[in-house]
Amino acid sequence: MKTLRYIIQKEFIQVFRNKRMLPIIFVLPLVQLLILVNAATFDMKNIRMAVVDLDMSGSSRGIISKYEGSPFYKIVYTTYSVKEAQEQMQRGNTDMIMVIPADFEKDLVTRNRAGVQFIINAINGASAGLMNAYSTQILMSYNRSVMAEWLTPSQLAGIQVIQSENSFWYNPKLNYKTYMVPGILVLLVTIVGFLLSGMNIVREKEIGTIEQINVTPIRKSQFIAGKLIPFWIIALFELAFGLTLGKLIFDIPIVGSLWLIFLSGGIYLFVILGFGLLVSTMTNTQQQAMLVSFFFMVVFILMSGLFTSVESMPVWAQEVNRINPLAYFIRIMRMVMLKGSTLHDISSPLIALGIYAVVIISLAVRRYRKVA
Amino acid sequence: MKRFWGFVVKEFFHIFRDYRTLLILFGMPAVQLMLFGFVLTNEIKDARIAVLDLSKDETTRKLTEKITSSGYFLLDRNLSSFNQIEPAFREGNIKMVIVFGKDFEKKLKKENAAKVQLIGDASDPNTANILVNYASGILNSSLLTMNAGQIPLQILPETRMLYNPELKGVYMFVPGLMAMLMILISALMTSISITKEKETGTMELLLASPLRPAQIIIGKVFPYVFLAFIDACVILLLANLVFGVPLAGSVFLLLLETLLYIIMALSLGILVSTVTNSQQIAMMVSLMALMLPTILLSGFIFPIANMPQIMQWLCAVMPPKYYIIIIKGIMLQGNGLAFLWRETLVLVGFTTIFILLSIKNFKTRLA
Amino acid sequence: MTMPENIIIVKDLVKKFGDFTANDHLTFEVKKGEIFGFLGANGAGKTTAIRILCGLSYPTSGILTVAGYDIYSQRELIKKNIGYMSQKFSLYEDLTVFENIRFYAGIYGLSKKEIEERSERLLERLDLQTARNKLIADIPLGWKQKLALSVAIIHDPKIVFLDEPTGGVDPITRRQFWDMIFETARNGITVFVTTHYMDEAEYCDRVSIMVDGRIAALDTPANLKEQFHVASMNDVFLRLARSKVTTEE
Repeated sequence: MKTLRYIIQKEFIQVFRNKRMLPIIFVLPLVQLLILVNAATFDMKNIRMAVVDLDMSGSSRGIISKYEGSPFYKIVYTTYSVKEAQEQMQRGNTDMIMVIPADFEKDLVTRNRAGVQFIINAINGASAGLMNAYSTQILMSYNRSVMAEWLTPSQLAGIQVIQSENSFWYNPKLNYKTYMVPGILVLLVTIVGFLLSGMNIVREKEIGTIEQINVTPIRKSQFIAGKLIPFWIIALFELAFGLTLGKLIFDIPIVGSLWLIFLSGGIYLFVILGFGLLVSTMTNTQQQAMLVSFFFMVVFILMSGLFTSVESMPVWAQEVNRINPLAYFIRIMRMVMLKGSTLHDISSPLIALGIYAVVIISLAVRRYRKVA
Repeated sequence: MKRFWGFVVKEFFHIFRDYRTLLILFGMPAVQLMLFGFVLTNEIKDARIAVLDLSKDETTRKLTEKITSSGYFLLDRNLSSFNQIEPAFREGNIKMVIVFGKDFEKKLKKENAAKVQLIGDASDPNTANILVNYASGILNSSLLTMNAGQIPLQILPETRMLYNPELKGVYMFVPGLMAMLMILISALMTSISITKEKETGTMELLLASPLRPAQIIIGKVFPYVFLAFIDACVILLLANLVFGVPLAGSVFLLLLETLLYIIMALSLGILVSTVTNSQQIAMMVSLMALMLPTILLSGFIFPIANMPQIMQWLCAVMPPKYYIIIIKGIMLQGNGLAFLWRETLVLVGFTTIFILLSIKNFKTRLA
Repeated sequence: MTMPENIIIVKDLVKKFGDFTANDHLTFEVKKGEIFGFLGANGAGKTTAIRILCGLSYPTSGILTVAGYDIYSQRELIKKNIGYMSQKFSLYEDLTVFENIRFYAGIYGLSKKEIEERSERLLERLDLQTARNKLIADIPLGWKQKLALSVAIIHDPKIVFLDEPTGGVDPITRRQFWDMIFETARNGITVFVTTHYMDEAEYCDRVSIMVDGRIAALDTPANLKEQFHVASMNDVFLRLARSKVTTEE
């Protein structure tokens, strides 16, 4: 066991002496955290709308002013030509077009029915869906106000209305940052853990110092532990640091227990480091190690539920996610941090992670041979 | 000249003999495309919800059915009391709870108004927002059809979805995927390849040879241009054939712009390699400073227009942003150079700056 | 007078890489306390053999006993009793002189007190006290070599394996290095050294010369020179190499 102490000591010295890597390991991820969390949002803040008003009536102006009054919309263009509006969309200057046809008011008065057209840039499908929903809602509220104005109370009596009361739990202001911070934290800690551990051993292979180690009576397990533990500690520390920053700067909630977060983080990091180790036993150069690591990382990250939701994935993909450590950890983080989930609630992903850690580290240890 | 081509050929051999790297360089784009096409989506489908129906009358049943048959929602369970809501959320699977108050139908008939509570699990605020809005929309439109003919005044919206009528998620992702992969292959691989020569000391050997420095750099970089370009074509082909992503505009322009982007990324890779001698650092810088911002700040996943103003300025210095605009413009909107000349110019500008900076750094190193 | 025992016994060592035979039925013994030179041209199979003896590589076949332990079943015991200095020196460039000593001493299981004592002694003997806190990357090549050798024997192993230890330094430094080797042997540590500098062969007690994976000669330098009627080990080697060429023609 004493030998382990010496190995860990050497690793720490090497990490901290590497002046160039230090900022990359510590400062850069955190800068990224700050920048990226601010960037990551699906909020629809400024829907740019071009208006084609072919009616120019009191009603059409009424509709337009409803949109003008909404904080979500920004009327960027008014024109008489649909074609011109479409060109604006083609140029990327507007997100949607509202066309109020000629005789709109006339139809409304004489036939009690009139139509409005929305033309939406649907390249981003989800945004388009939302834009449609919002626009329709505003139109309907205009509808209701017109009815209130024009109809007699007896006419109004027949109409039934469902009032929906929306409430959002755990994140009432729909603060997207709250959602993203745990995820991005996981991401950054993962990158540091995965790449550093993998690179590290391959680096020793490339340089040749690994032979000197293999000649000594150091046991495989000691060597590997010596490689993993320092990075485990560093990554956990980054997690803590990131959490603190998140709390201070973004005021993210940490509803659940901190020790649960670190327990899960610790187990998770064993999986990640084990993975990096496994990759290092399979590659000979740093370039290869990096590429292989990167490949797995990107796939895991994309499928983890960080940017897109796991539940919308096809069933077979969700099965594949069983071997995605990120998916488990992000889920745990969000549940614990935002909903205050207990150990009982997260027991199943946590156990999965635990098993995963044991399996992967055993695999890596077995693959790592002191003898060629 | 012959020397130069000899050098280029050697570089090709380096790359092609490294099976693992090659496998990943070609396999990765394909796999990621598949991922994005078949797996990842921000469309909403089969979201699990729970219903707390305190009335259990005809209307509430009809409304519930309308909601669950919309394709957006999946009824996971029926709750029987308010205090079941919290545990349901905490377990993690339920995304939204719909609460129908007592005597729903009665209230609707008598007072012409009844309340529905839509409670979204906003730990995922985006999904919650969409779910709540969709549910709300469905409730209202159901009511309209149930009341059909009774509403004296109706303004009806008609929606047309342009460029992507089926709201397919993959349309959004293919351009971003290309931007990301090109940067990966070009910038990352190049910077690593060059720093590797520096680390092993063979760079000095090369510099001592009759090859001029410019020839060395170009020679190192050339195979990656080739690889990246092939990768781009493969992605475009797959996207078009397998996923039906349109190629509305000029393919020639598309390929040209892609080539420009690749060269820009390569010059960036060269720049990175001039500031460090270590492969590890080159890699970390490329990854941290290029990859992540490309994914998050280029408009790939998160629309730039929704970001705070400062962030938007930051995005303005991200080359991938412009490339994505160009690709989306050409592929999905059929735009030509007339609409995209500004973005193209920006890319050219970036490339020039990177190359000039690299040359400057190189000269100072040698001095 | 007791005959010094054999501390390394190798019988019919074969190492193949695919079709290529790097070590072709090597048989030899190394006596305790001697300086045994393992010579041969580059590519003759020296490094392959030494790596097998150190437990870094598996032999294809053959019987090997190092420091009394069997190479197949008691590998870890062997490692406890040997030291190794590789061609690339393998001191960590980003650690200081002292940190390197402490690390290697530590992983060979020396107690804290022992480490302190021995490192002080080592630094004094090498006259490196002032360089104690300097990074390996910043000290000259000659110092690195001497330090690497000292570190390789800090745990008082029975045998120390040196793989081409004197590459790239001036003759004076090489001579100083060999002085250290002599002292090591005087202290009872067997030295197994490979080199392609034939003049260093003169310093060894006994020498074996490998040509194309086989041992072409094994004896004291004096006997070999007499046998081939030449004045220097260099000539011995040339004779052997030439005879190989002629037998091939």
